[in-house]
Amino acid sequence: MNFTFSEDQILFRDSVREFLNNEVTAESLRARWDTPSGRCKELWAALAELGLTGMLVSEANGGLGMNEIDFVLLAEECGRAALPEPLVDTVLVATPVLQQAGKDDVLAAIATGQSAVAVQATEGALVADAEFSEYLILQENSAVYLVSSADATLELQESIDPGRRLYSVSWDASQANVLADGDRGVALQAKMFNLGALGAAAQLLGLSQRMIELSVNYTSERNQFGKPIGSFQAVKHHLANVAVKTEFAKAPVYRAAYSVAHNLSDAAQHVSHAKLAATEAATQAAKSGIQVHGAMGYTWEVDLQIFMKRAWALAGAWGSRGEHKARVASAVFGPERSLGAGQTFASAS
Amino acid sequence: MDLKYTPQQQEFREEVRAWMQANVPSVPLKSFDTEEGFQQHREWEKTMNEGRWGMVTWPEEFGGRNLDLIQWLIFEEEYYRANAPTRVNQNGIFLLAPTLMEYGTEEQKARILPKMATGEEVWAQGWSEPNAGSDMAAMRSKAELEGEYFVINGQKTWSTRAVYADWLFGMFRTDPDSERHRGLTFILVPLDAEGITVRPIPQLDGLPGFAEIFFDNVRVHVSNRLGGDGEGWQVAMATAGFERGLMLRSPARFQETARRLVELYIENQESADQDPAIREAVLQAYMQAEAYALTTYQTACRLNQGGKIGPESSTNKIFWSELDQDMHATAMSILGARAELLPHASAAEGVGRWLDGFLFAQSGPIYAGTNEIQRNIIAERMLGMPRA
Repeated sequence: MNFTFSEDQILFRDSVREFLNNEVTAESLRARWDTPSGRCKELWAALAELGLTGMLVSEANGGLGMNEIDFVLLAEECGRAALPEPLVDTVLVATPVLQQAGKDDVLAAIATGQSAVAVQATEGALVADAEFSEYLILQENSAVYLVSSADATLELQESIDPGRRLYSVSWDASQANVLADGDRGVALQAKMFNLGALGAAAQLLGLSQRMIELSVNYTSERNQFGKPIGSFQAVKHHLANVAVKTEFAKAPVYRAAYSVAHNLSDAAQHVSHAKLAATEAATQAAKSGIQVHGAMGYTWEVDLQIFMKRAWALAGAWGSRGEHKARVASAVFGPERSLGAGQTFASAS
Repeated sequence: MDLKYTPQQQEFREEVRAWMQANVPSVPLKSFDTEEGFQQHREWEKTMNEGRWGMVTWPEEFGGRNLDLIQWLIFEEEYYRANAPTRVNQNGIFLLAPTLMEYGTEEQKARILPKMATGEEVWAQGWSEPNAGSDMAAMRSKAELEGEYFVINGQKTWSTRAVYADWLFGMFRTDPDSERHRGLTFILVPLDAEGITVRPIPQLDGLPGFAEIFFDNVRVHVSNRLGGDGEGWQVAMATAGFERGLMLRSPARFQETARRLVELYIENQESADQDPAIREAVLQAYMQAEAYALTTYQTACRLNQGGKIGPESSTNKIFWSELDQDMHATAMSILGARAELLPHASAAEGVGRWLDGFLFAQSGPIYAGTNEIQRNIIAERMLGMPRA
């Protein structure tokens, strides 16, 4: 039993945090809002240079051959930075799917940074970053397809988050490359959904922490009644409550990464718990964040909006709260339930 | 990261389970807030000690097994699964003992720990005073050194277990000119010493679970000072740290409550589902108990590797105390008209335990540092917000 990250994993996380801190500034994000693609090709190349795009690609295909546990801390950093480029979907969702389907050429292109891959969460769902990405992984009935984005018709659907780029996709399944169908297709769809929800959960965790930091900074500097408003208990307790929610969302997210990486039988339940807990933390961070920023929190000018809007967007992406609650409920209330003290790690052992 | 138990950990679990199955009393003990129940619980501590299960993390010389925190969590899981009695000496074994291990002299450890382990000496806490509750540094009870003895005068209150306990640990002002956190000394006091009056305070269930203690020229030998003169605050903070942390409220307790809540809901689902909020609350209870367990395992693994408990541990107290309140409130909602029945009412058969738990859960956000104080600590020490 060792529920910790290794020193290497922590050091890698720290270096990625520093990189994103320097490269993904609020100014650079705002500048991207006004461009059609909303994305930065140079940054994508730099992420590939660091080995990030190919983190889960096997070494034979030019990647680092790491797993979901290695990446979950980095997905958290992508959230903290509100990174617009589709690193989490490409690495955490598309890569394992393509690996399973043996798409070596696409995997090699991911590792070099030549290609990004956008993923559809469920059949008919809007696809984030479909235009920036060279490939799309799409779904129809029980099959999963790989489609060149040039072969699909994309229509931009604007999001409240100016950093998001969502598209409705028209495409012809009969012309597309099948990655899996039948029972294997259904299993692959389920795996994709779990991976995507895990990625969203990790980002929400990072977003929550960033919103706490911004709120602490603002309330430490803003003076009223002759002192910083952050010295008042009413303000402190708002942020303390968010800190509690965030602190207790971390372990469920990391456990979900472990369960997915090891294909545990209750991975779906663990992912849904993680997504629910991280969503709760991040939406509370947004609500309390805007409150302690006062009127400034309601402006376009203050950077809180960048992270708040990403949190609102990801709260509903990769499964609504209702869907995730239903998945946990079926395990907790179902006839096979096995609950109580000592059962937490039963499926791992 | 590896979330599998080792074969040794699995074996240890089996060993605890077998012992608990063979030894946990089949008839629940009376409340330890009654004289009879207190003695029953003291006996249980003795039985535990005979099996060397009293405090598995302690060194072997004091009756422990020198085990690590993961094994401690496994022990607790089996303990609560077996529905074993609540630990009457929890102030001693969970709060004082870790402080003794860190600050006690060899003489003190050898004198105090073995008797604590057998339940021969049960401990009470002496922190709060009538004018020093959340503002603990305002305490004024004093201890003046006369030769080899402290002479203690003053008053403590809300002292849990003090009515039947044998010893008390607490802080007293040894420097009469000192203010606030300075000049306080951590002293261990035998409750049968001359000059001590213990006045029971009936708690919400009518039983004397805590007490006021009056000190009138009570003489205590200087060998009962824990840590240095005037260092009481630092020593006490270590105790409070453990209290908020892993020992006092391990996750197993809440996971078992969550499990029972799920079963209660399923047994009463038809009526419970008339209020959709109940199903949601039961689901949340399960997830939160699970989150508390996961987070605690994470902390325990970090500490096993030499890490330290940080200010984020202040989030624990808020999390478990509010979870406990929510779970019991949900149970009361499910029970409807049966909820108000005292446990011994025949019509409460099988569900009376929920009311006891509900009452006790009301104290959770208050004892061991109110949740408001915890929120201040989180804001100031964990988040770095400006002090008031």
